[in-house]
Amino acid sequence: MSDKTMSADEVAGRLADGMTLGIGGWGSRRKPMALVRALLRSQVTDLTVVSYGGPDVGMLVAAGRVRRLVVPFVTLDSIPLEPHFRAARERGAVELTEIDEAMFMWGLRAAANRLPFLPVRAGIGSDVLRVNPGLRTVTSPYDDGETFVAVPALRVDAALVHVNRADRLGDGQYLGPDPYFDDLFCEAADAAYVSCERIVDTAELTKDAAPQTLLVKRHTVTGVVEAPNGAHFTSCAPDYGRDEAFQKTYATTPWPQFAERYLGGDEQAYRSAARVGVGEGT
Amino acid sequence: MTEVTRAEYCVIACAEAWRDAGEVLASPMGVIPSVGARLARRTFAPDLLLTDGEALLVGPDGAVEGWLPYRQHLALVTGGRRHVMMGASQIDRYGNQNISCIGDWARPTRQLLGVRGAPVNTLNNPTSYWVPRHSRRVFVEKVDMVCGVGYDRAADAPYHRIPRVVSDLGVFDFATPDRSMRLASVHPGVTVAQVREATGFALAASDEVPYTREPSARELALIRDVIDPAGTRTREVGH
Repeated sequence: MSDKTMSADEVAGRLADGMTLGIGGWGSRRKPMALVRALLRSQVTDLTVVSYGGPDVGMLVAAGRVRRLVVPFVTLDSIPLEPHFRAARERGAVELTEIDEAMFMWGLRAAANRLPFLPVRAGIGSDVLRVNPGLRTVTSPYDDGETFVAVPALRVDAALVHVNRADRLGDGQYLGPDPYFDDLFCEAADAAYVSCERIVDTAELTKDAAPQTLLVKRHTVTGVVEAPNGAHFTSCAPDYGRDEAFQKTYATTPWPQFAERYLGGDEQAYRSAARVGVGEGT
Repeated sequence: MTEVTRAEYCVIACAEAWRDAGEVLASPMGVIPSVGARLARRTFAPDLLLTDGEALLVGPDGAVEGWLPYRQHLALVTGGRRHVMMGASQIDRYGNQNISCIGDWARPTRQLLGVRGAPVNTLNNPTSYWVPRHSRRVFVEKVDMVCGVGYDRAADAPYHRIPRVVSDLGVFDFATPDRSMRLASVHPGVTVAQVREATGFALAASDEVPYTREPSARELALIRDVIDPAGTRTREVGH
């Protein structure tokens, strides 16, 4: 069986200008930040980003890599409004497809099921239809005759997700309370890249954890990256919580200054500059 | 018993949203709605389900009784067995709500959260609102972006319902012939004129608007000693 391990920079090297990119996690929770940092080190640009948005969206927007966003929200959770997303919107620097949280999930499900759309009871009556003139409705062919929004499949060229553990084949495991939608992102993608806190032997995955924790299946995965603290500064329960102090630094430092100080070098340089892991247990 | 504070009247007004709700998920967003939902469960609505704010359903003693990650939460929303109380950056006379942006959507003067789950919430389960600072900037004639759907845009939505809006000044509902917003009660210490002054549209009201009800001694003790002993409720309503 194939060993799919690669470096974060190799992942970035497989991405191309103009791609549609799905990014896992939720808000400021278990985001594949090491992969996003690798993307920022590359020259890849003109992206369409599909995400339950957090600092992944903020950083890519701040760096000018995004043409279009497909999001139901962008937030840092403990800091409700993402400053870079907000600034980009207020200066008209990014195109936006703004849809509801559930519409977003049904869009991923449609893509994972190779359906062109799924009907959803959300969006009717709201301005989501006004700001997305391409959205169509569909009427039930049965007696109820109700009209729904036909959410188009959110198919993506590549997905980036981060989980707690994985094996070299691409079997990915989450150990926190919420899987978010990372399996759907992988199923909705032509190529999925999974970073993890630690690569372990396959047998090790279920030694102390139930098989239900095996979220991502290897047939949906193209590459596996070992990236300890790879979700920093978002949370990655139970391995670590959100680095609130650093997130505040991110949210309050002008982007050029932040990028120069923390993103000028490789992942090791980031960890050292951001003092990631300092004060943690062994 | 010391004097009841405005924040405590707001807690009572929020708690009342879940009276007779039955065995459904209460999804309070904000501190005072959270205190209100927990008060309701400890008193007149014992069958309510509540989460820890993340992915776990927890009982009043903190015991985990279920798992509700986001994907199941969204399914529960569409199943309808939920009453959510959301915030509102803007709300209009028919209950249309905005948390997305202020100004022209194409290039907003102020980008806010985005629509989040407001469209799916309002079409599937009862949705109430909480506004900690009642003003003409929030209670507007017309919202800039309809996220939560109001009564004038929900004629064909079978499960649409906005039971109440609670602010730091009073309680509002849509019990009028044209389903426009009505002042249902004012909190003690607030006048009807004061509410009208702080509202950007003409508000329906009966000739004698009642006061929001008094909390019982037991309810006050639960709020002050059990549910919110640190007084976090005063961070949202400081008067």
